[in-house]
Amino acid sequence: MDLVQLQRQLVDYRTSLYHEGFLDEQFTQLQELQDENNPDFVVEVVSLFFQDSERLLNELSKALEQQIIDFKRMDAHVHQLKGSSSSIGAQRVQKLCIVFRNYCEARNVEGCLKCLQQVKHEYALVKTKLESMFQLEQQISNAGGSIPV
Amino acid sequence: MDSCNCIEPQWPPDDLLMKYQYISDFFIALAYFSIPLELIYFVKKSAVFPYRWVLVQFGAFIVLCGATHLINLWTFTMHSRTVAMVMTTAKVFTAVVSCVTALMLVHIIPDLLSVKTRELFLKNKAAELDREMGLIRTQEETGRHVRMLTHEIRSTLDRHTILKTTLVELGRTLALEECALWMPTRTGLELQLSYTLHQQNPVGYTVPIHHPMINQVFSSSHVVKISPNCPVARIRPAGKYMPGEVVAVRVPLLHLSNFQINDWPELSTKRYALMVLMLPSDSARQWHVHELELVEVVADQVAVALSHAAILEESMRARDLLMEQNVALDLARREAETAIRARNDFLAVMNHEMRTPMHAIIALSSLLQETELTPEQRLMVETILKSSNLLATLINDVLDLSRLEDGSLQLDLGTFNLYAVFREVLNLIKPIASVKKLHVSLNMAPELPEYAIGDEKRLMQTILNVVGNAVKFSKDGSILISAFVAKAELLRDSRTPEFFPVPGDNHFYLRVQVKDSGIGVSPQDIPKLFTKFAQTQSTAIRNSGGSGLGLAICKRFVNLMEGHIWIESEGLGKGCTAIFMVKLGIPERLNESKLAFMPKVPPNLGPAAFPGLKVLVMDENGVSRMVTKGLLVHLGCDVTMVSSSEECLRVVSHEHKVVFMDVCVSGMDGYEIAIRIQEKFTKRHERPIIVALTGNTDKVTKEKLMRVGMGGLILKPVSLDKMRSVLSDLLEHRVLFEAV
Repeated sequence: MDLVQLQRQLVDYRTSLYHEGFLDEQFTQLQELQDENNPDFVVEVVSLFFQDSERLLNELSKALEQQIIDFKRMDAHVHQLKGSSSSIGAQRVQKLCIVFRNYCEARNVEGCLKCLQQVKHEYALVKTKLESMFQLEQQISNAGGSIPV
Repeated sequence: MDSCNCIEPQWPPDDLLMKYQYISDFFIALAYFSIPLELIYFVKKSAVFPYRWVLVQFGAFIVLCGATHLINLWTFTMHSRTVAMVMTTAKVFTAVVSCVTALMLVHIIPDLLSVKTRELFLKNKAAELDREMGLIRTQEETGRHVRMLTHEIRSTLDRHTILKTTLVELGRTLALEECALWMPTRTGLELQLSYTLHQQNPVGYTVPIHHPMINQVFSSSHVVKISPNCPVARIRPAGKYMPGEVVAVRVPLLHLSNFQINDWPELSTKRYALMVLMLPSDSARQWHVHELELVEVVADQVAVALSHAAILEESMRARDLLMEQNVALDLARREAETAIRARNDFLAVMNHEMRTPMHAIIALSSLLQETELTPEQRLMVETILKSSNLLATLINDVLDLSRLEDGSLQLDLGTFNLYAVFREVLNLIKPIASVKKLHVSLNMAPELPEYAIGDEKRLMQTILNVVGNAVKFSKDGSILISAFVAKAELLRDSRTPEFFPVPGDNHFYLRVQVKDSGIGVSPQDIPKLFTKFAQTQSTAIRNSGGSGLGLAICKRFVNLMEGHIWIESEGLGKGCTAIFMVKLGIPERLNESKLAFMPKVPPNLGPAAFPGLKVLVMDENGVSRMVTKGLLVHLGCDVTMVSSSEECLRVVSHEHKVVFMDVCVSGMDGYEIAIRIQEKFTKRHERPIIVALTGNTDKVTKEKLMRVGMGGLILKPVSLDKMRSVLSDLLEHRVLFEAV
């Protein structure tokens, strides 16, 4: 595909992510932090986010399978997830975490289970989207062009 | 018998005749002896009798005569020769003395007679003196009356009192029957009876002024006797047999405007009042000279007193008028202030009320433009946007103008890039100009400084307005904008005599000329251009919109910037040139000015803003820790990361200037860590500033932070700009409190 077309595609894609609420301005901030001293900053942060979130989601699933549910520990995990997602600007995930925390406080198992499913779903979505975006960026830099901001 | 020499008596001694002779002689002698005694007695009594010698002589003469007669007693009978001898001697002496006395008396008697004449003369003189004394006393009394009258008159400044007192006192002093004062009316053609002593007659009775007798009185400065039949004197009830004599005197009325110091004796005005004095009827009294003189003196005094009273009245009236005017002015001022305040309140409210919906309309219309629209819809939205923009501009203009009018507008001074302003104007105007096929060119003089101090927004507004006008009023052709530094000789422009700019060291005058080739302006319309709401009545431009406020506002902005704006045109159809000069400051040192507008610096100028600043970041959450590190590294800091509180306490050293701590950590309370860190460093200057990163800014958290002694609080998520400003604040003040 043409370089210009690729770039335009990237811009459109990013705009759509913002529009659909997957990402918020925190993500823009991250992009601003990327410069020639730190060329892969965004990718690194996002990768770390993926690792962290998967770990946390596993922990949460395990906790909800227990007989006696440790809501406090769950709350801590959700809190962590909320912090991570807000740090990179994964808006939808962050919002769900807030809801999740409310259920934990209310010790509502059903609510928690439902919420966990939703969080997993949203996380998967945002992960896919971000990965596609990075792929596009990679294609552009391979073609020798510069990534538009 | 002896012969006797004596004559024999002819008759016998016992004759009766002899006896009678004998007795008479005896008594004569007695009398003669007693007279001198009496004389001596009385002379002794009187002290001043000048003729003693005469008396002595007379006394001697009398005594001798007496002696003679006494001795005669012995000659009646026979007497001896001795007796005859004594008799003879006595007689001789007597003869001598009497002759001498007689001689003496010739001298003395005329003297005695003249004494009598002198006495008569003195008596006459005394009578005359008495008369004169009486006269003098009368005069003195008159004088006393005059003085008293004058004192009475001059002791008051009230006109009525003066006149009334005059009449009363005169009446009393001179025992007048009637005394009246006639004042000239406003028209000056009549004399009106103003005051009378006894008020027998109606006040308000008038007499025409041009009566021969009245003229006679007015033309003389003395008292004039007038006939009792004169109209001014006919104010007594008729029926008296013999009306008393009447005199009249003029009383000059001095006007304020007549006071000329130089010709004080001659009165320039001929306004007189008439004072008429009437003696009692049937008294056969006559006017005496001294009484007339008294009347003259009084009349003069009255004139002076009246003029004083008039002056006083005048000044009191003027003062009252001034006071009234003051009150009225005060009221007007307060009303004006109230009006201004009301207007400002109205404007403030309207400002907000009008702008809010305008913003909503404009914002939403522009958002609407971004969406999918059919061409018709797009056209409609564009029209809405254009109209609402115009309306917004109009609202702003009107509000600005009102604020400019009462001087409450102040310039927002700041350092700005002069070239950028012109480029911006050019960018804004180019689309419209190209639509109209107008060519716009900008010429900036090289000696113009890059940066200047002034009100950027309003300068841009002015330039835009002027250039916009040029575009608006040109159908084709070109527009040339030139900007340069005004030279000193150009500063004194003969066309603007009231503008005296003074160039100085830290300011310069920017001169901008916008020349267009449009419809121009006729010379008589040029002054009107800068007045509000006035538009030239050319039909070609009537539809081009605008409220006519633009140039008025520009003029006020330019004036605020201590400059001048004017328009030159050679006439209709010959284009016009708008020229303005404004005073701008020269920034001191370029790096200082750069520092001053740091907020506008784009982020990629930011790195190395805090080179080498050692900071410690503590956050349990890996992702957020990494993001914070990224932020700080981007700003040039040297970042150490820790993921737990224990690690934090271990790692923190005096080299770390700032510690960023996420306080939503489990395990040890973030606040506790802060306390522990502070305990670790006893010396103040070694202690790092601790900043909390949190998603929570309720009051409780803040209070906790304050109590613990944290340097500040940042709300997550943190943007790059926020972090930068936080760090700069922290390093400057060592404390921030909240950055949201």
